[in-house]
Amino acid sequence: MTEPLLRVDGLKTHFLTRAGTVKAVDGVDLRLDRGEILGLVGESGSGKSVTGQSILGLVDPPGRVVGGRVLFRGEDLVGAGEKRLRAIRGRRIAMIFQDPMMTLNPVLSIGTQMVEAVQAHETVSRAEAWERSRRALARVGIASPDERLASYPHQFSGGMRQRVAIAIALLHSPDLIIADEPTTALDVTIQAQILFEVQKLCRETGTALIWVTHDLAVVSALADRVAVMYAGRVVETGTVAEIIGNPRHPYTRGLLESVPSRNRRGVPLRSIPGMTPSVLDLPEGCAFRPRCDRSTGACTAMPELMGDREDRAWRCWNPVGAEARGDAA
Amino acid sequence: MLVFILRRLAQSAVVVMAMSVLVFAGIFAIGNPIDVLISPEADEFERAAAIARLGLDKPMHEQFIRFVDSALGGDLGTSFVHGVPALGLVLQRFPATLELALCAMLVAVVLGIPLGLWAGLKPDSLAGRVIMTGSILGFSLPTFWVGMMLIMAFAVTLGWLPAGGRGETASLFGVPWSFLTADGLTHLILPAVNLALFKLSLVIRLARAGTREVALQDYVKFARAKGLAPSRVVGVHILKNIMIPVVTVLGLELGSVIAFSVVTESVFAWPGMGKLLIDSILQLDRPVVIAYLLVTVLLFVVINLIVDLVYSLLDPRIRLGGGRA
Ligand SMILES: Nc1ncnc2c1ncn2[C@@H]1O[C@H](COP(=O)(O)OP(=O)(O)OP(=O)(O)O)[C@@H](O)[C@H]1O
Ligand code: SF4
Ligand SMILES: [Mg+2]
Repeated sequence: MTEPLLRVDGLKTHFLTRAGTVKAVDGVDLRLDRGEILGLVGESGSGKSVTGQSILGLVDPPGRVVGGRVLFRGEDLVGAGEKRLRAIRGRRIAMIFQDPMMTLNPVLSIGTQMVEAVQAHETVSRAEAWERSRRALARVGIASPDERLASYPHQFSGGMRQRVAIAIALLHSPDLIIADEPTTALDVTIQAQILFEVQKLCRETGTALIWVTHDLAVVSALADRVAVMYAGRVVETGTVAEIIGNPRHPYTRGLLESVPSRNRRGVPLRSIPGMTPSVLDLPEGCAFRPRCDRSTGACTAMPELMGDREDRAWRCWNPVGAEARGDAA
Repeated sequence: MLVFILRRLAQSAVVVMAMSVLVFAGIFAIGNPIDVLISPEADEFERAAAIARLGLDKPMHEQFIRFVDSALGGDLGTSFVHGVPALGLVLQRFPATLELALCAMLVAVVLGIPLGLWAGLKPDSLAGRVIMTGSILGFSLPTFWVGMMLIMAFAVTLGWLPAGGRGETASLFGVPWSFLTADGLTHLILPAVNLALFKLSLVIRLARAGTREVALQDYVKFARAKGLAPSRVVGVHILKNIMIPVVTVLGLELGSVIAFSVVTESVFAWPGMGKLLIDSILQLDRPVVIAYLLVTVLLFVVINLIVDLVYSLLDPRIRLGGGRA
């Protein structure tokens, strides 16, 4: 296998709070090839956002990356200095956040916020940076970009703001965009539009994408591969077809059963019983144990990643479908 | 924008009118000014003549109209002590107070914003805590006591700076200013610092609270995710957002700095309006007191108007009208 664009190994990000150490991310493994789209799925609080921010070293105190490696084009970003990270942020790896109402600075014009993003990485004149920003806005389907550049965020709708954020992310044609639930805050129709456009733009430019979401339906429409997170760990990873058609982790299966789907019409939706555990006191061993209908005595020990390939693995002692295959651990 | 200014002007006019009623009521209607105005040895006839001359025998509302009428013409009476128009006397002292107040504000902003930013960005660092402790002291120590300590330390013991007065002045627009001469500047330092202390603490707290809040916003993280240098993230993205409350509060506080300068001016024998006020109160020089009060009210009103305008310039959400999307 060739060296992937991004490889995350055993990433751990902990928050040292007064109430105790919050192990928000506690051993995440990911890999992503050039131009690939990875869906990062999991419930609220499973550590998706913290994972995304850890990759770029953007976690605020009291959070800290306490272990693991983030190999981006062979370079470990966990040990990298702030200066090196700054050169990568926005240029090689861009980010889009969840709430477009909050991502643009309310007191700076769109033009200012785009021009500074261009000039952060290239010594170009203001006029040139302006022109680049104009083209970027046009590319994400914003009409009369000149006028728009002079406007302020409050004059834009949510969908427009997210387009601006996407335009900013695309400014330097990065190798990777980390999109943290960029459509959750938008109307359904706008969601679909943006989803489609981002996918198109990434395919056109060969940009790899990590799309963070808690919505498996979105992922199956968009991504090449999926990583399912639970309580700070990736519990299953595989291609979209593998995850949808042949989930091995009971949690993944539970997620699938809670998604309404056309070809299972009439089958009652099931929700996963129990609640997301508090990351402050996780059960020993497999974190999903209290909610799992397949748990056995073995589950008090933390399951290792198992599977056929590096990019098709799961973390479960009694994987779904194991009986039929006879490959239970 | 024009509508906004006109509306604010109308509001200001109402405030000034309300204040003149209050001043009038406070000074004219309470107590009998005639007892202070004429000498105790004056006979009944002289007394009646004085009352008639001042219009004190007229009904209350007529007196008020007379007061407003002459006030509009710029006549607030003649100082008993100095024998010159009271308004002129106050205005003549105004530049000294304004100079002191503006210097104090400058000290408060120039020191307060960086210190507050620092304390907000690194709340748990030693420097952050020292800054906050300092600001608590600045809030709680009485101004006159700090003033005297400053004089003791820098004027008496060390002898570095003069203890009082305005020093040499130079003229600009026909008005004497201390900050234009080196000697005047050395006279300005101690009183300005003294007067600034309270506002400095306020600015530090505002800037710190603002920074702590703004630093957690997604747009700051997004700015960092774009690869911007920390200087730009802090100096533009954070600073511009915390400036909105700081400018607003500071502007509103400029009026109170002018009012508070009464204490500092007395301690440092700074010949401004505040010192004049104290002297006039001690000498029962009522026209001067009235003139001081009205000038101060007008100042407050004008300052508030300017603050509103600056505020709207800083915040595009207000400047460009239109509600939040
Ligand atoms: N500043 C912080 N201090 C303490 N704990 C934090 C902090 N930020 C995040 N966490 C914890 O980290 C865990 C993971 O948070 P994260 O935001 O990554 O979840 P998520 O998967 O993105 O969820 P969502 O779908 O709600 O965005 C949560 O349990 C949260 O409590
Ligand atoms: S390891 Fe055990 S508890 Fe965990 S998901 Fe698998 S079967 Fe369930
Ligand atoms: Mg999140």
